[in-house]
Amino acid sequence: MAAGPLQVKGEVISVRRVGAYSHVTLLAPGIAERVRPGHFVALAVGDATSSTLLRRSFSIYRAQERGVYGGTVEVVLSAHGPGTRWLSERRERDAVDVVGPLGTPFTLPRDPASCTLVGGGYGSAPLFGLADALRQRGCRVDVVLGAATEERLFGVLDAKRIAQSVTVTTDDGSMGVRGRVTDVLPALFERAETDVVYACGPMPMLRAVAGVAAAYEVASQVAVEEAMACGIGVCMTCVLPVVGDDGVTRMVRSCTEGPVFRGESVRFDAVGTVPADAYGAPQGSGH
Amino acid sequence: MADLQTSLASAWLPNPLATASGCAAMGRELARFFPLSDLGAVVTKSVMLAPRSGRPTPRMAETPSGMLNSIGLQGSGVDALVEHDLPWLQAAGARTIVSIAGGSIEEYALVAERVNLAPPGSVAAVEVNISCPNVEDRGLVFACDPMAAASAVHAARRALDPSVPVLAKLSPDVTDIVAIARACVGAGADGLTMINTVLGMVIDTDTLRPALAGITGGLSGPAIRPVAVRCVWQVHAALPDVPILGVGGVRTGLDALQLVLAGASAVSVGTVVFNDPTAPVRVLRELDEALDARGFDSLAQAVGYAHRGLEV
Ligand SMILES: Cc1cc2nc3c(=O)[nH]c(=O)nc-3n(C[C@H](O)[C@H](O)[C@H](O)COP(=O)(O)OP(=O)(O)OC[C@H]3O[C@@H](n4cnc5c(N)ncnc54)[C@H](O)[C@@H]3O)c2cc1C
Ligand SMILES: Cc1cc2nc3c(=O)[nH]c(=O)nc-3n(C[C@H](O)[C@H](O)[C@H](O)COP(=O)(O)O)c2cc1C
Ligand code: FES
Repeated sequence: MAAGPLQVKGEVISVRRVGAYSHVTLLAPGIAERVRPGHFVALAVGDATSSTLLRRSFSIYRAQERGVYGGTVEVVLSAHGPGTRWLSERRERDAVDVVGPLGTPFTLPRDPASCTLVGGGYGSAPLFGLADALRQRGCRVDVVLGAATEERLFGVLDAKRIAQSVTVTTDDGSMGVRGRVTDVLPALFERAETDVVYACGPMPMLRAVAGVAAAYEVASQVAVEEAMACGIGVCMTCVLPVVGDDGVTRMVRSCTEGPVFRGESVRFDAVGTVPADAYGAPQGSGH
Repeated sequence: MADLQTSLASAWLPNPLATASGCAAMGRELARFFPLSDLGAVVTKSVMLAPRSGRPTPRMAETPSGMLNSIGLQGSGVDALVEHDLPWLQAAGARTIVSIAGGSIEEYALVAERVNLAPPGSVAAVEVNISCPNVEDRGLVFACDPMAAASAVHAARRALDPSVPVLAKLSPDVTDIVAIARACVGAGADGLTMINTVLGMVIDTDTLRPALAGITGGLSGPAIRPVAVRCVWQVHAALPDVPILGVGGVRTGLDALQLVLAGASAVSVGTVVFNDPTAPVRVLRELDEALDARGFDSLAQAVGYAHRGLEV
């Protein structure tokens, strides 16, 4: 498999509304072929003179090597700031500069295993490619999708097609079980005899899922979301505290070492700080 | 095609395009997008003596045509640079300008001493980043005081092999940048890099708090280009024989040409790499075309050209 990211002049094939989100399909020759589940793309916002310089990162929902037009990647975006709004307003044939695939993807089990996939909001986007890959390896796949409201769920139908079971939770009870994804996990872990849980969504959700997984001795992998300026590993803006195999906490880049980490390796309690025991942390108070 | 060869003091470069410190890490990630040997030089992230974790997040905020950063010089320290990064860069065919930083005069000297241990030929020049708070002087930034700036540059110069040119990287956040430039040259700087980021701040109007965990940060990107052009202009007018590496907001070949016309012999691309990972090679191509279109046979002819016929 060809390695490394590419920068390509992409083209919008379609933009569709899906609940609260925009589903964008981009022609991005060369990129689709390299995608593995968990990879993301960094999209430029505006043209070559745009005043919004920083790229916006999005998980890859699907990558198709041979569409009608060539290789495509699909992303699901929630429009809230200037960049995501601009992207959601694109029309067919508009140009969008794409860098990808980026990041370290999910690790797949070597042998058939029972896998639970947990997505929060648009965070479920990368789970469908993952589900396909797991199924191809003979894994059992159960899916839990959670969101604040029904509108903010993504991929419920997709999940039903792929998974052994689909559980939906919403904070307001507008669909499925009222509550959080973590409310339904313990029962599912037991019923499915889950070996590994994969999660993608907001940080508080990832923290909670990693916590439940640890309590039930289920391995976990989480795809984190940190503010990124470059997405390619050169700026050092996207770091978070992660414990290495040697037991040492380091401030590591979520764009290259991540976005996927082992759940128990992320120091969720210390995100947004530099823990005093981190490698290279400022020593003492000084004088 | 114009002759693009240039030099920064005794460092010869096949072309004037470089990365900017902190915007290309140690080169590996950009090498996935283009061969580093295509560039005039790679400027490394500033290294200090010991490994550093940097500041807490959020470390960046987007601003109009720019961004603020408060990374806090995160890095693995000078020994890792010498052991792992410099041999790799040399094998990749890059000409490497090593950026060094320190919190004290002694640290500048010690880091420079370790850089001397690098494999022969792997260091084209050393850039002394003096935008660090001086721990011995109430946290006053070296680059803001001519004496402190000169001491840091002098410490690095003395510790380094005389054949390796030393560039002092200046901050624009001073009243008289020419005075700082003179002090650095007096202390042994063979050239100058201009400019580092401009101190700035963003307040998040939802949380009603500073957007960066570090409260203030460095402004970079096209927003600061006119400041960079002005600094290069003023210093070149005062010290026409001192080579300058121009940095600040370069996005296109014409942006690079502005810095050259103001007096820069080479140009770094920083923040714009985050927008366009292949920007350094694109800007080089565009600069080449711009020189041709204006009838310059060589880059050297264009360096400082805008000063012609003007009384300063
Ligand atoms: C690996 C990864 C995968 C992501 N996948 C998706 C996805 O599938 N769908 C989706 O809608 N969003 C996703 N996001 C979040 C998305 O990148 C941000 O919502 C978006 O960049 C915000 O841009 P803006 O212009 O709307 O907002 P602004 O707040 O104006 O953005 C300003 C700057 O901050 C950065 N930034 C702001 N918020 C975030 C954030 N939450 N994460 C990362 N950078 C941020 C922006 O990239 C930009 O550089 C993902 C983020 C990461 C890191
Ligand atoms: C994320 C980031 C990190 C930086 N780190 C360093 C650094 O370690 N040392 C240094 O001398 N300059 C550093 N700089 C400043 C740049 O080298 C450059 O001087 C400045 O950004 C202006 O150029 P630009 O507008 O092209 O980015 C950094 C800039 C950014 C944006
Ligand atoms: S976003 Fe630049 S290093 Fe991760």
